[in-house]
This record gives sequence, C-alpha cells and structure tokens, in this order.
Amino acid sequence: MTAMLWLIPAALFLGALGLLAFLWSTRAGQYDDLEGAAERILMDDDGPIVDEDED
Amino acid sequence: MAALEGDQAKWDPVRRSDHPATTGDAGYPAREEAGAHVRLTDAAQGLKSLDLAVEGARCAACIQKIEGALFKMDGVKQARLNLSTGRLAVRFFGADERAGDFIEALDALGYPARPYAAETVKDAQSAEEKRLLRALGVAGFAMMNVMLLSISVWAGDGEMDLATKTLMHWISGLIALPAVAYSGAPFFGSALKSLRARQVNMDVPISLAVLLACLLSIYETAMGHGEAYFDAAVMLLFFLLIGRWLDVRLRARAGQAARDLAALQARIAHRIDADGHVKAVPAADIRPGDRLLVQPGERFAVDGIIVSGQGPVDASLVTGETAPLDLKPGGEAWSGMVNLSRPLTLEATAASADSLLAEIARLVEAGEQSRSKYVRYADLAARAYVPAVFAMAGLTLAGWLVVGGSPHTAVMNAIAVLIITCPCAMALVAPAVQVVACGRLFQDGVLVKSGDALERLADADYALFDKTGTLTEGKPALVNADAVTPEDLALAAQLARGSRHPLSRAVARAAEQALGPGAVADDVREEAGGGLSAVIQGVPLRFGSASFTGADLAADVAPAGDAALEAWLAVEGRAPVRFIFADRLREGAADAVAALRARGLPGEMLSGDRPAPVAEAAAALGLERFSAGLKPQDKIARIEALKAEGRKPLMVGDGINDAPALSAAYVSISMGSAADISRSAADLVIQGDRLDSLVRARDVARASRSRMMENFALANIYNAIAVPLAVFGLVDPLVAALAMSSSSIVVMLNALRLARA
Repeated sequence: MTAMLWLIPAALFLGALGLLAFLWSTRAGQYDDLEGAAERILMDDDGPIVDEDED
Repeated sequence: MAALEGDQAKWDPVRRSDHPATTGDAGYPAREEAGAHVRLTDAAQGLKSLDLAVEGARCAACIQKIEGALFKMDGVKQARLNLSTGRLAVRFFGADERAGDFIEALDALGYPARPYAAETVKDAQSAEEKRLLRALGVAGFAMMNVMLLSISVWAGDGEMDLATKTLMHWISGLIALPAVAYSGAPFFGSALKSLRARQVNMDVPISLAVLLACLLSIYETAMGHGEAYFDAAVMLLFFLLIGRWLDVRLRARAGQAARDLAALQARIAHRIDADGHVKAVPAADIRPGDRLLVQPGERFAVDGIIVSGQGPVDASLVTGETAPLDLKPGGEAWSGMVNLSRPLTLEATAASADSLLAEIARLVEAGEQSRSKYVRYADLAARAYVPAVFAMAGLTLAGWLVVGGSPHTAVMNAIAVLIITCPCAMALVAPAVQVVACGRLFQDGVLVKSGDALERLADADYALFDKTGTLTEGKPALVNADAVTPEDLALAAQLARGSRHPLSRAVARAAEQALGPGAVADDVREEAGGGLSAVIQGVPLRFGSASFTGADLAADVAPAGDAALEAWLAVEGRAPVRFIFADRLREGAADAVAALRARGLPGEMLSGDRPAPVAEAAAALGLERFSAGLKPQDKIARIEALKAEGRKPLMVGDGINDAPALSAAYVSISMGSAADISRSAADLVIQGDRLDSLVRARDVARASRSRMMENFALANIYNAIAVPLAVFGLVDPLVAALAMSSSSIVVMLNALRLARA
C-alpha cells in the first residue's frame, strides 16, 4: 500500500504536465494555421526565415 | 482587365467576383485604401504592421511566392501567410503609403489582396471559445485522474478495506472539486441567469445534477459510507464541455466568415477637400455635404446627389435591374452602385435618416427581431424535460416514504434520479449534429451562419426567388453570337476590352470564349450614354447605342423585344451589325427549381425587374407564379401574406433591395456575389455560382433534422432504462458512470453518420 503514496502523486504530476502542455499550446496559437505547416515542409529552398519571437 | 478576369476564373473556384459590381473595383481602390489600415506596432523602431486578406493561396508554392516576393521588397521585416484563413501579416518599416505597393506586388503575382481590418475581428466569442477549451482541458485532466482512482476502487470491491476506499475518495474529491468549480462555471452561470429570468433551460438540470453529485459524494465520504460520484460529475462536465465548445466554435466560425466578407469590403471613399485635394478616407467618416470623387470602377460608398459628371452606373445590386442607369448632375445615386465609365463628383446625403440604406437597415432589423422568436428544438426539449425530471424525483421520494423506506434511502434515491437524468446526451444532440452538417455544407460551398438556420431550412415549405443575380447571372450576356461573324465580334471586342460597361464586358467575354484572348484597340474613346469609338487599321469604328452608331437611321432595323438589351457595331462603309444581350439564367437554375419543388418547396418569383424579362425567365424555369416591378416593401408584404397562411417561406435573393425580404422570411439564402447587406441578412450564403447548392443545403438540413430526432429518441431510450434503475435504488457510481458516458458517445457517433451520407 505504501507504493500508492508515491504512485498517486506521480500520476497527478504527469497528468498536470499534459494539462500544462495543452494550455500552453492553445495559448501559443499552435492551432491557428493547421494547413500552412503541412505545406511549408515542402518548400525546398531556404525561404525567408520568419522571426518566431514575434507573436 | 479582361485578361486579369480570365486568370481569376482559373485559380479561384469560389470567387464571388464575376459580378461586375465586385470585379470592377478589385484593383484600384484597394491600393489606395491600404494605407488607412496600417498600424504602428513598435513605435521605438518605427515598425508597422498590416493585415491583408489574400485570395487564391492554396499550396506551398503560393506561400513561397507570396512571402518570398514581399520579403525581397525594401524594409519588409516579416511576411507570414496563414493558409487556413488566407490572412497575410506584413511587418515593415517606412511610410504608410507603402501598403499600396504590397497590394500591387501581390496583384502582379496573381493574388488579389485587400487590407483586412484586424481590429474589427477581435470578438468576445473567440475569448469564450478559448475559455471553454481551457475548461475542457481541466475537466479532461480531472476525469482521467479520478477515473484512475475509481477503477482501482471498483476493481478492489470486496478486498479493499473501508479506510483505503475512503482515502481514495478524499483524493478523488480533492482533484474533482476544484475542477468542477472551474470547468462547471459556464453551466452554473447560465443556469443562474435563466432562473433569475424565471425560466428553465438545459443548464438547470445539468448544474443541479453535477452539484448534487458532488455534495452527495462529500457527505457520503465524510460519513464513511463509501459511495462517491466524483468520477461521474467530472465525466459529465467533460462530455458537456465538448458539446458546448463545438457549439461556440460553430457560431464563432460562421460569424467569422460573415465578418470576413464584411472586412474584405472595408469601404473607402475619396473626399475632395476644400482646397481641391482628393484624399482617401474611411466611408464611415463621410458627413452629409462632403464632396466625393467616384472613379470609374469604384462603388458608391454613400448615398448622394451627382454634382458634376455624367455617365452610366451599374445599379443591379440596388434595383435588381440589369440595364445600366445613366446619371446626370442632380441625379440621385445610392450606395452599392458601381460607376462604370466617367469620374463623377457626388455630394453625400448619407446621414439623412430617409436614405435608402437607412431605410433598408431598419427593415432588416425589424425582420431579424421577428426571427429571433424562433425556438430551437433543444430548448423545446428542455421545456418538456425539466418538469418531467423533477416530477419523477418527487414521486421517487414520496414512493419510498410510502412503502416504508427510511427518509435517508428515500432522499438518496430521489437524488440518484436527478443525477442519472442529467441531460448530458440531450445537450450534445443539437451541437454535434449541427457541427457535422455545417462542416459538410461548408465543403460544398455553403456557409451556414447559425445552427438554427438549418432547423428552419428543414421546416421551410415554400420557396421565393429573386430573379436578377439569383436565378440569372445578373449581368448581360451576348445571345445572338450566331448572327455575328467572328470578324465583327473580334473588332467589337477590341473596342470593348478597355471598358467597364456591362455590355462591353459581355462582348469581351463572348470573344474570349469564342476566339481566345485578343488585343485592345489604341485610343478608344468612350462617350457616356453613347458608346465606344476608335480607328483600327485606318478604319473608323463605333460600338454602342443605335443613335451613337447611326443605326437608327438605317431603314431595315426592327426593334428588339422589350426583354432585350442591344448594341450596334458600325464599321465605315458597311451596314451596322446588331448585338443582342440578355441576362442569362444561371446554369442548372431550372433543375434546382424543379428539384426544390420535388422536395416539397413550390416556387415563386419576386422581381424588381420589368414584366417582360420576368415573365420570360419564369416560363423558362417552369415557375407559374411570379410578380414583377416589386419594391422591397412589396416583397415583404408577399412574405407576410404567406406567413399568415401558415406557410414557412424560404427566400433566395442577392440585391440590396432583397435584404429586407431576406430577413423577413422564415429562412433565407443569399448568393456569394450578393450585396454585403444581403449576405449579412441571410441565414445561409452560397459561394460560387452553383444553384444546385440550394438543393444540397435543403437535403443536408432534412438529414440533420432526422439525425437530431433520432438522437433525442436515443437520449430518451437511455432515460427509459436508467430512470427505473434509479427509482428502485439500483444505481451505484459504476452504473451511473457507464450509462452517462455511453449515451453521450452513442449520440455523437450517430451525428457523425451525417458526414458520410
């Protein structure tokens, strides 16, 4: 039974990590352009590099 | 101009721009108005940003061409295209006027772009969508962790001692209660609001079930009895939030699409200042008495009176008539008209309360108020459901007391009834079906602006059609091409290619179809109200009205029918050649009308056009009932008469004159090429020119109504099984969790069938 004492916090911690990742991804606009990324990978030359730090 | 139009036709399948009213102003004003939409993002560096809506970008090559070209321009720091929304964000240094250069560069690449007023798009709805998504994430996290603990409790049934079980429940409660408080807030808030208004909606039984489940679980755990419903409570919220989020997203998306259409039309007018300078200003800033310059191809931004200049305007969106109108000084011009050939100076009368647009906006508003009385199926279900559930819980309480159960058992079983009847599946029924149906129609080029529009479309039992621009193409086309020799057509086209007059464009299109692209004659002169003249290879040519070309003097000329428009080509030394034009029916219009009739929607045509062309079109379409020369008020009167007979009329229209009728009808559809106000007044918008989308929309609406009814039936079957269990005290947390989740999943799967049918 003592295993529970660390198993439950471990499960909660991992779950919380997933939740945080989800909240981050919605806030960071990961779902704003769902089609663009799939097409951008096909560009084969060094196109304009976009500043990622801008919004 | 003709060559550009040809290009557009190739790359943009959903273009709404072939209407002369919208193609005409594609290039020139967009270039000038761009500067007004530039925002300063970083004052210290002088960095400015501009959002552009780009048409036609579809693939990697497009991204590369667009971003690459802009990036090469001086001072451009960043250019990023969002392929999903067609929005291009540009950041640059330099003067605001540089915005025009970007648009020019994009136009040269073959991607027409327009400034996009980003600030008009920020809305409360997307904030609500994000809030629900976060709530969904929290509920999902809590559900998974609580379920982990619950499964060990269920699996350990009989072996686990009470102390361990109670510990598990306390931990579950510690996870579930904050999650319920956060994720359940949207439901609790809505339920409170509705109770304050002395009404009940679905959120009342939902909130009650969730709260009771939590309170009961806390009580049981504290007493050490060992039955807890924390898992059921968070799972309920998780499923309910999926439904709520889908619903909000659908509304946000539809609203977004409607606003996109409006934002693309961000209106700019050219005001002539006191010192004679012409300046581009937002149309909203125009005051009555301002003098405006309206260039050829530009749309009138406001109502006004012509002060100087004379020339034809395209009024088809305003009056529903295809033939251009000639405006002279002193003549009235209405916003929505397109200036065709000569610069006109206008004195604005926009703010006067009796202007055309103000009157139409008032009628639209009145129509929308009457429509908001429509009650959605889901709300109807809630009205019947809530009293039934409370009655059932009351009976359970009384029944157990009567048969001699302890008060504790009686209360517990009554609460179990309230928990198990939580209308989770009920709340999912409408959003799940509507999201799938609207997504399906979107792929077919039909934009649905609200979920209940589909319900109303499924109920409609009468169809009213506007003629010009709806059943017809809304622009004249050459109909006697057989009687004109290819040489004459080519000559006329050389004159016509440089002109924006609808008849000139019809000739240019006919020549392009029959002979392919051709040249434009040098030094074409356009005479307002007359026609075009030029000299080609030493021979003087004239193309235009009978009097302008001298054709009215020729003896052997029979007048054309009342329905027809005509123009003449006069080549020196030859008899004039007649070109006859008519507003052609859209392809498939007759089939669409017949298909709707077969689906229980008899049709009728309501047109503002002259009687002769209306009768002709009605005969060709097989519509027995039609009326011509109607004003907007007359169309509304006809709709009200039908409603008084108990009919539910569907209105299909496109012009500004149709907007009040569109909002007065039971349900309405406008064409993608329609005037802004009509698109915003209509419930559904058909992109592109295909009328068979009307039939598709009706079919999908009917299919989604049957799916919805099936789903209500499924949710009730679930209740028919679960409620007796609860009444007789047989529900434990395991049964509750299983029954609730399975009913929700079944309802969602049934809705997904729509995507394949």
